[in-house]
Amino acid sequence: MTPSLAPELAGRITRPAGPLVIDIAGVTKLYQMGEEIIHALRGVSVKIHRNEYLAVMGPSGSGKSTLMNMLGCLDTPSEGRYEFTGKNVATMVDDELADIRNREIGFVFQTFNLLPRSTALANVELPLIYAGYAPAERKTKAIQAMQNVGLGDRLHHRPNELSGGQRQRVAIARALVNSPSIILADEPTGNLDSKTGVEIMALFEQLYAQGNTLIVVTHEEDIARHARRIVRLRDGLIESDGPVG
Amino acid sequence: MTRLIYELTESFRIAFAQIRANKLRSILTALGVIIGIVAVTLMGTAIRGIDTGFNKSLAMLGDDVLYVQKWPWGPVEDFWNYSNRPAIMPDQADKLNRIIEQTPNSLLEVAVPVSSRSTSVKYGENKVSGVFTIGTTADYGRLISADFSEGRLFNETEANGGRPVCVLGFDVAEAVFQNRSPLGETVLVGSHPFTVIGVVAKQGSFLGLFSFDNQVILPLEAFRKYFSARRGAELRVKITDKMRVAEAREELIGAVRRVRGQLPGERDNFNINEQGAFKAQLDPIKQGIALAGLFITGLSLFVGAIGIMNITFVSVKERTKEIGTRKALGARRRTILLQFLIEAVSICLIGGIAGLLLTYTLVQVVSVTLPAIPVEFSVSLVFISMAVSIATGIVSGFAPAWGASRLDPVVALRYE
Ligand SMILES: Nc1ncnc2c1ncn2[C@@H]1O[C@H](COP(=O)(O)OP(=O)(O)O)[C@@H](O)[C@H]1O
Ligand SMILES: [Mg+2]
Repeated sequence: MTPSLAPELAGRITRPAGPLVIDIAGVTKLYQMGEEIIHALRGVSVKIHRNEYLAVMGPSGSGKSTLMNMLGCLDTPSEGRYEFTGKNVATMVDDELADIRNREIGFVFQTFNLLPRSTALANVELPLIYAGYAPAERKTKAIQAMQNVGLGDRLHHRPNELSGGQRQRVAIARALVNSPSIILADEPTGNLDSKTGVEIMALFEQLYAQGNTLIVVTHEEDIARHARRIVRLRDGLIESDGPVG
Repeated sequence: MTRLIYELTESFRIAFAQIRANKLRSILTALGVIIGIVAVTLMGTAIRGIDTGFNKSLAMLGDDVLYVQKWPWGPVEDFWNYSNRPAIMPDQADKLNRIIEQTPNSLLEVAVPVSSRSTSVKYGENKVSGVFTIGTTADYGRLISADFSEGRLFNETEANGGRPVCVLGFDVAEAVFQNRSPLGETVLVGSHPFTVIGVVAKQGSFLGLFSFDNQVILPLEAFRKYFSARRGAELRVKITDKMRVAEAREELIGAVRRVRGQLPGERDNFNINEQGAFKAQLDPIKQGIALAGLFITGLSLFVGAIGIMNITFVSVKERTKEIGTRKALGARRRTILLQFLIEAVSICLIGGIAGLLLTYTLVQVVSVTLPAIPVEFSVSLVFISMAVSIATGIVSGFAPAWGASRLDPVVALRYE
């Protein structure tokens, strides 16, 4: 992967879409801020299939993160329908959502969200602990994930001993380790310089090629153009939804 | 199930990492628990020590002995009633023994007369005052469990003849003879010469208050001749079966009434005292220690628990974002709850272990430097302290841990 990889559309592979993973329809989300009610989402409908590489774009405050949290089962809609691989998520209780997040979803955050006192390897193992894997299997899987993001030689470093780009790679390894159905990244390059940001996007490209399903939230056009499909949000509504190009 | 075990292991790992990262804060919070555990274990140690010390002392005196005396042990109000009672004279022991012999299956074994007073013992220039001096018969050997470090007790012939022989307590012998053997030497008891024929082995003191080694034993007749012929005595009666004290007591009352020529319907003009009753007099002391100990324990554990609750709240606050992350990665409520509970419990356990070690060291130091003070450490104290520590951790950690487990993941992730 070369850092100079420009978002040239020519020559990129696009894998055929697989079965339906995410199906939301008419989803709204309200937040109460004292007297004021904020409509973070005003009726959003999206279908996302396996093998898609989707970017969610929009200005700050347009509802990208709210939508992301909803898709990632961290939050439930105020109104509307949400089916995740055919299961109705909107009515699920906390622990059911936790299990879905653990098995089906890999999160990548803008601020990496690594546990500061744990080694890179221990961070990557965390989802596997919650999934109930035995220590030996945990370790094998975690090392594999670390190697996949090019950090096979940084297993026992703590987050503060790693660069920003390396931290985000660890976070990506953690998102990948449980072989989730989709990977959700909310502004994954937001805290990185542009060169490192390009490297991370190259890694996403590689993950996509390997068969992962990706949703990347960003407010940067350059980043969004790495994806194969862009959903644009404005004021809690979908402004446009279509392939890149 | 296995998932729970992995989660627990992970929680302990995180808890200890967390405590290591916040050493000072954790130690300060654990202080209350440390003090509480020290208080509760010291209390337990002291009470146990008093009990064992007492039982040991009882065994020294003979714990299967009833005392026939004019006075009851403990305070009395109607002083005159007791003081007007006819004296208990040594010959009543002989009469009692005759009755015992005639009674088939008697629960009483032997009655021994004992008179006592305080005198001095002198050898050459060396003199000890305030020596507990008793006059008794050769049967005395059947009452006590003590060994002789040298020599023997006087025999029946010596006793009946009122021979001027004596047996010294260990401390008395040591004080007047230093390192030499006192056997065959003549000492002055009061102002009268007695030949030493035995030394009782060291027995230690009773709760550090009264030393059994500060005594001298004389033949009753000699005692009466030199110190007081008319002085009353007490009768010490050995019973055959420790389990049947109440029955033996009934039998003894009947026998003593006959010996003292009491008419039917007349009230006993003597008291049967026993060490079991004496032991009850220690109960208020033990209760006092227990009350003070529990008060200090309760107070320090209360303060400790509030401290730990506070530190856990702080910990939850500081790590709100981490909680959000863990939830995003699939941690259930239970996982988060356990994690913070375990953190609180770990601090308490560390405090509890520190408190135990502190008490253990204290007990070792005390038993080496002040052997008279009865203290005894026990394994059950370890279990009690661990249980108390864990309970404190759970009680104080629950509210913050519960709050953490209920956090909305989105809100937690947005927390800065
Ligand atoms: N927990 C919340 N409480 C109140 N308002 C919120 C909350 N989360 C988001 N919002 C509001 O909802 C709107 C959408 O926010 P968000 O989804 O974070 O936007 P974006 O990620 O596109 O910048 C904003 O106006 C934001 O202030
Ligand atoms: Mg956002």
